[in-house]
Amino acid sequence: MKTRNEKRMMYQRALTDSILKLDPRRLARNPVMFVVEVGSVLTTLLLAQALFGEGQENPAFIGAIALWLWFTVLFANFSDALAEGRGKAQADSLRNARKDTQAKKLREAKYGTPFTLTPSSALRQGDLYLVEAGDLLAADGEAVQGVASVNESAVTGESAPVIREAGGDRSAVTGGTLILSDWLIVRVTANPGEGFLERMIAMVEGAKRQKTPNEIALNILLAAFTIIFLVVCITLLPFSLYSVNSSGLGTPVTITVLVALLVCLIPTTIGGLLPAIGIAGMDRLIRRNVIALSGRAVEAAGDVDVLLLDKTGTITLGNRQAVEFIPVGKANERELAQAAQLSSLADETPEGRSIVVLAKEKYNLRGRDGGAEGMTFIEFTAQTRMSGVNFNGTEIRKGAPDTMLEYIGTNGRAVPADLHKAVEQIAKHGGTPLVVTENGDALGVIHLKDIVKGGIKERFGHLRKMGIKTVMITGDNPLTAAAIAAEAGVDDFLAQATPEAKLKLIRNYQTGGRLVAMTGDGTNDAPALAQADVAVAMNTGTQPAREAANMIDLDSNPTKLIEIVEIGKQLLMTRGSLTTFSIANDVAKYFAIIPAAFATTYPALQALNLLGLATPASAIMSAVIFNALVIVALIPLALRGVPYRAVGAAQLLRDNLLLYGVGGLIAPFIGIKLIDLILVTLRLT
Amino acid sequence: MTFIGILQIVLYIVVLVALTKPLGAHMARVYQGEKTFLDPLLRPVERFLYRLFGTRETDEMDWKTYAMAVLMFSAAGLVFLYTLQRAQGFLPLNPQAFGAVTPDSSFNTASSFVTNTNWQGYAGETTMSYLTQMLGMTVQNFVSAATGMAVLVAFIRGLTRHNSKLLGNFWVDLTRSTLYILLPLAILVSLLIISQGAVQSLASSTTATLVEPTIDSNGATVTTQTIAVGPAASQVAIKHLGTNGGGFFNANAAHPFESPTPLTDFVLILAESVIAAALCYTFGKMVGDTRQGWAILAAMVVLLVTFMFVAYWAEAKGNPAFAPFGVDQTASDVNPGGNMEGKEVRFGIARSALFATATTATSTGAVNSMHDSYMPMGGFVPLFMMQLGEVVLGGVGSGLYGMLVFVIVAVFIAGLMVGRTPEYLGKKIEPFEMKMAALLILIMPLTVLGMTAFAVVHPEGLKSISNPGAHGFSQVLYAFTSQGNNNGSAFAGLGANTLFYNTLGGLAMLISRFWLAVPTLALAGSLARKKHVPASAGTLPTYSPLFIGWLIAVVLIVGALNFLPGLALGPVVEQVMMK
Repeated sequence: MKTRNEKRMMYQRALTDSILKLDPRRLARNPVMFVVEVGSVLTTLLLAQALFGEGQENPAFIGAIALWLWFTVLFANFSDALAEGRGKAQADSLRNARKDTQAKKLREAKYGTPFTLTPSSALRQGDLYLVEAGDLLAADGEAVQGVASVNESAVTGESAPVIREAGGDRSAVTGGTLILSDWLIVRVTANPGEGFLERMIAMVEGAKRQKTPNEIALNILLAAFTIIFLVVCITLLPFSLYSVNSSGLGTPVTITVLVALLVCLIPTTIGGLLPAIGIAGMDRLIRRNVIALSGRAVEAAGDVDVLLLDKTGTITLGNRQAVEFIPVGKANERELAQAAQLSSLADETPEGRSIVVLAKEKYNLRGRDGGAEGMTFIEFTAQTRMSGVNFNGTEIRKGAPDTMLEYIGTNGRAVPADLHKAVEQIAKHGGTPLVVTENGDALGVIHLKDIVKGGIKERFGHLRKMGIKTVMITGDNPLTAAAIAAEAGVDDFLAQATPEAKLKLIRNYQTGGRLVAMTGDGTNDAPALAQADVAVAMNTGTQPAREAANMIDLDSNPTKLIEIVEIGKQLLMTRGSLTTFSIANDVAKYFAIIPAAFATTYPALQALNLLGLATPASAIMSAVIFNALVIVALIPLALRGVPYRAVGAAQLLRDNLLLYGVGGLIAPFIGIKLIDLILVTLRLT
Repeated sequence: MTFIGILQIVLYIVVLVALTKPLGAHMARVYQGEKTFLDPLLRPVERFLYRLFGTRETDEMDWKTYAMAVLMFSAAGLVFLYTLQRAQGFLPLNPQAFGAVTPDSSFNTASSFVTNTNWQGYAGETTMSYLTQMLGMTVQNFVSAATGMAVLVAFIRGLTRHNSKLLGNFWVDLTRSTLYILLPLAILVSLLIISQGAVQSLASSTTATLVEPTIDSNGATVTTQTIAVGPAASQVAIKHLGTNGGGFFNANAAHPFESPTPLTDFVLILAESVIAAALCYTFGKMVGDTRQGWAILAAMVVLLVTFMFVAYWAEAKGNPAFAPFGVDQTASDVNPGGNMEGKEVRFGIARSALFATATTATSTGAVNSMHDSYMPMGGFVPLFMMQLGEVVLGGVGSGLYGMLVFVIVAVFIAGLMVGRTPEYLGKKIEPFEMKMAALLILIMPLTVLGMTAFAVVHPEGLKSISNPGAHGFSQVLYAFTSQGNNNGSAFAGLGANTLFYNTLGGLAMLISRFWLAVPTLALAGSLARKKHVPASAGTLPTYSPLFIGWLIAVVLIVGALNFLPGLALGPVVEQVMMK
């Protein structure tokens, strides 16, 4: 939880920033708000003219309009600054980690050779340096020697230490993280200023934020609406001149009223909130500990058609579990369970523990019940390829079927006829069989199974409703893979997956016009990550994998891909919904302003004053105030995003149209009337 | 409103929808180069034409070449038609010996017919020779319509093709549209209306002696009447089928020699809307999903029917200003009721409202009654139908491609609302598409509002206004709305045959036709290059009733937002002031 003080700081900074953002050079990037600013300047000049010379209107009215127009710009800037502010706070904490440190630069990758102290800013790609317990890592790199525990909380926010070691998939280290124990020799992979931390800071600060294609397309549409309304308002002046001349009544519409009408009509709600929506989308990812390295990737996430998911860790729990004891020959199930449990008592692997637990659950066997004191546990070794226990002259062993068949053979015992069948049956259902023997006699088979994560099937069901196809990637054989795929409810699977096969699969989908998302951590995932449209690398992954990806998951949780897709969709939905809302608002504003603007020329037009607004001035004021306040009212929605539910596109459209389209038609009628009533009550009209 | 009146509107819609599928399927075959039942007769003619002009049927064009062909062909038509009018005094088939048409009127008329607008600042029977009517007007009635259809077909190809630059061959599309679609239908309709008494003759006008002499506006006694005839029926048929609207006679479809009976009136209303409606089916057929075509047609028909009833209601209600004088305005067996000013007694109120809405919803612009004499809300309907951008059926070809631009805008916003980068028929809507779509919806209001604003403050513009006040404003707004949307119908009151209106109007017509056709083709070119995204459960369905409703809302809101202030100062204020 953020303290109250921090929150106040954040708002204060956003307030200051919203004034700084009035700089027309910065606002020009946003055509809608730029027009509002020009309108504000124009009305302010008109106010000066009214105060010091001949004005077209009452100075108080012009002044009030000018004030609220400035507020409109400021409110929009504030939303933008507030969204950026959250990122800035995160960037500050990241920046603290990026201190200039002294690195122990080595000439050769050998522990114990002399080093020279070099500032981290002088390290270049390919340099080697040593880090020992208590040192900060000076630059991003790859461990080439050693094993160390590292505190990466500066980057991930997670204070539990992680192991980094040379070789394998845990070799990537990040500059700014702290070595807790042991040592590492690191080869630098990024020049100063190009490291992971710097890229993260740039992304969260939004400094490198470029408009995404969809944002550009929407901006074009909004600019078109702005131009249309500009022409509508400009031509209204000659129209009004003609009407005054031909009816001989009243005065032409004033510039102030035209500017007010223009600002009310152009899509200021979406125009003002558009930058904030984009930044907030990135921010929502950051809060889920995902760093997007490009805004385009976040947007693409909403479009993903195919999700490639690794089986282990994403779809199944990392470990297999015992689910069944199948006795063979003369043995009964209880005997088998007891033997299996005894052989696994000392087995600290999750598989071993699961056997003990299953025996206890099914037959209420307690660990030591069946055995006497003085048990000798035989550990699994690469030579024997089996494990077990010896006690009172009884020899219990368990292991993979081929090893165990050989062991039964050497003991000169017969292989029960139903053993093969049991083994085959388990393999067919995607499980792993373990054969248990007692004194060389086969007792039966333990069924070890991949356990599909709870609730994952429902999640895939949701994805299917969203129109997203799930594909499981596994190194298992096709038979096992098919069984797990069916159980988990994925749409398709790729068995015996090689890096080439993955790459080919992605390319095939892309050629068919589909967008592919995947997660990966190993170096061999890098080519596929680079090819995928949305590629999420685990922070625990290797440097090549992190380089190839366009998002990094700091929690290294592969299931998060699903959340990323939802955030992408939310981003687009928020834009669409607020655009609809903004344009639907215009209908009510016309009914407020048109009768008011021509009140003196055509009093009969009061018939259009459906809301019964008090006076022409209060009608125009109410519309302008509503227009400004609605931006503030919608800031929370812009930052939070329109909630996404995994229902079909048709239902989503219906719900959002009802809420933002019909709501957008009705809301301003109510809002403008209320403001008018308040103005009347306060005698401000 | 009477039962029989409502029934006529319902009958029209039923027949229109019934004709959509057979005609649409025929046109799909024509544009996909498939065999049709007309092949034995027309294929040799088609081949001969290609040989004559050195066109190779299989040579396809990219969007730039296609657009260039459209522009060159239309420019040639413009120059030819201008020259023909200026030189008609020296040319044959001119029994009344009409002299050259003035330069500004010639320019306006040439622009008008080449752009499928058929705004007429002149009176046909007293201005144009038979040669000009036949070789100029009638020919342009065919080819300007065919040009619109060709651009539409190129646009549809942009949607259906992927990873391709080519959009088809303009010359082939033009030829096939004319030969296989417009010509057979025109012959059919001509014969139908001739059988009912429409005039088709090369004889000069005849003079008749009046049974009862009358007095003209100068007080002189008039004893004879000139009865104009000419090759009218052939031009009338195509002016409706091709949504052109330029009458042979000044009174247009209200003239008994153009449309002698209620039956011909019905046939002509049907003729002007049937191709535009059927093209929706053709579109569905060509994109491989007829639901998409029916969805668009449904949106169009809902708008059309709604506004037909608004117009009918406004006219049938009559004029409240007459009430104090005890004028009976209720319909009975002997009294049509309602507002009969400017309406043909042959057709009555329901028929006139039906015609007025259909002629402005489609970009035809022919009239069987005088829109200037409608009640304010009755006059509002034709005005607003045009201001929607001629997309409710609209011009043949141009109506549907205009509507497809609205579909793209609707899909863009709705697509975002379902959380995907918007796509239509598997094509992603990206910045370039949005740029073109924005241009396409921008140009029309810019032209119409800009020119109206200029005219209502310019002394030359003000001179032509016949009624002062809000109605005068409606007249000017109507004139530029009509020309800026290539409709061509007139709110008769405005004296538009002046240098000022001819020039400005001519420009409006050229801008709205070609400034729209070129970005449309650019859009098609960009869509054709994209790859096809297969549909999934996350894809926005663009044929559901919900989407149809959304499309209607987008069309209405964009139209209303552009023109509401203008309308408020014209018909709306006239309406509220009447009370």
